[in-house]
Amino acid sequence: MPVENLNVFEDDFWAINEKLNQVLKSTNCLSVMLIDKAGQLITTAGDISQLDTTSFSSLCAADFAATSQLAMLVGEKEFATLFHQGEKQNIYIASIEDRVMLAVVFDTRTTLGLVRVRVKQLVAELSKMFVEIFAKLEGGGPGGQPAGSNLGSDFASEAESELDNLFK
Amino acid sequence: MSLINYSSREINCKLVYYGCGLCGKTTNIKYIYGKVSPEAKGKLISLATELDRTLFFDFLPLDLGSIKGFKTRFHLYTVPGQVFYNASRKLILKGVDGIVFVADSQVERLEANVEALNNLQENLTEYGMNIETIPFVIQYNKRDLPNIATVDEMRAQLNKWNVPEYEAVAHQGYGVFETLKEVAKKVLKNLS
Repeated sequence: MPVENLNVFEDDFWAINEKLNQVLKSTNCLSVMLIDKAGQLITTAGDISQLDTTSFSSLCAADFAATSQLAMLVGEKEFATLFHQGEKQNIYIASIEDRVMLAVVFDTRTTLGLVRVRVKQLVAELSKMFVEIFAKLEGGGPGGQPAGSNLGSDFASEAESELDNLFK
Repeated sequence: MSLINYSSREINCKLVYYGCGLCGKTTNIKYIYGKVSPEAKGKLISLATELDRTLFFDFLPLDLGSIKGFKTRFHLYTVPGQVFYNASRKLILKGVDGIVFVADSQVERLEANVEALNNLQENLTEYGMNIETIPFVIQYNKRDLPNIATVDEMRAQLNKWNVPEYEAVAHQGYGVFETLKEVAKKVLKNLS
């Protein structure tokens, strides 16, 4: 059974970020976002100051999930990529290892063809990394670090008092 | 599927409000949105029909602040309750960390509640999840209406697992935060 939680550790995070930044530069796109299929943002590269990334991630996951179901209705396993074309900005989304997706926002300073080629390369590289990350989570963390969450026993009690504050 | 990012020190958890059509899932979320301080909430997104029936989902991010150095966030979702939207309901359950089952207390909706609960179990099973192990809370909503079943009757039909249950009048806010708090607590306890 696949691991349920996705825990991203320090080394993996920076390695992923570096890959995203490489694509950002090589395509001249506006931003690149890595999102899990439950709609949670993992990391970003580029300028996201004008973007509500939380909403973006949630809608992106819903978009991809709905499209995957459409794919199944016509006998495809999934549509591995999605493209939304706007007047000024476009979004290109690609699936990685069935658990994560990559969303690229770009405008007229680049082309769909270039984005498509670079994203394809990036997806292959990230796929390898995520296979290793998932293996780590299933088999035990790096350097003796537990693969599961390791937040400490007092995490729950501290969280509880924050919950009280939220609802005051 | 909670996302714990040890580098950016963030924790995101997904909570889903489930239940039959018009039971008050969206009303719960809207009440929460209206009461939580602006800095603790994100944008409320509703993918609804022109008649305000949920078409795909409602989405509300809630920021709990920093807990042991981790920025902790809940993503609240509702599912569309109408029977024929099951494909959408199933999609929203993907990666869920905790579930609130909102039940409509009106006597004539008892059957619809049972049907929705069975549907929830079926959809969870398809993801390899189990209602007995996932953080799960039941809310008996619309307690202000005249034609309601007793809590005992509802419990007998809907709460065979003896999970925490709350009476609520969601549009007035009664029971809304208690329900959310309980499921949130269970999810966070699961993480630590």
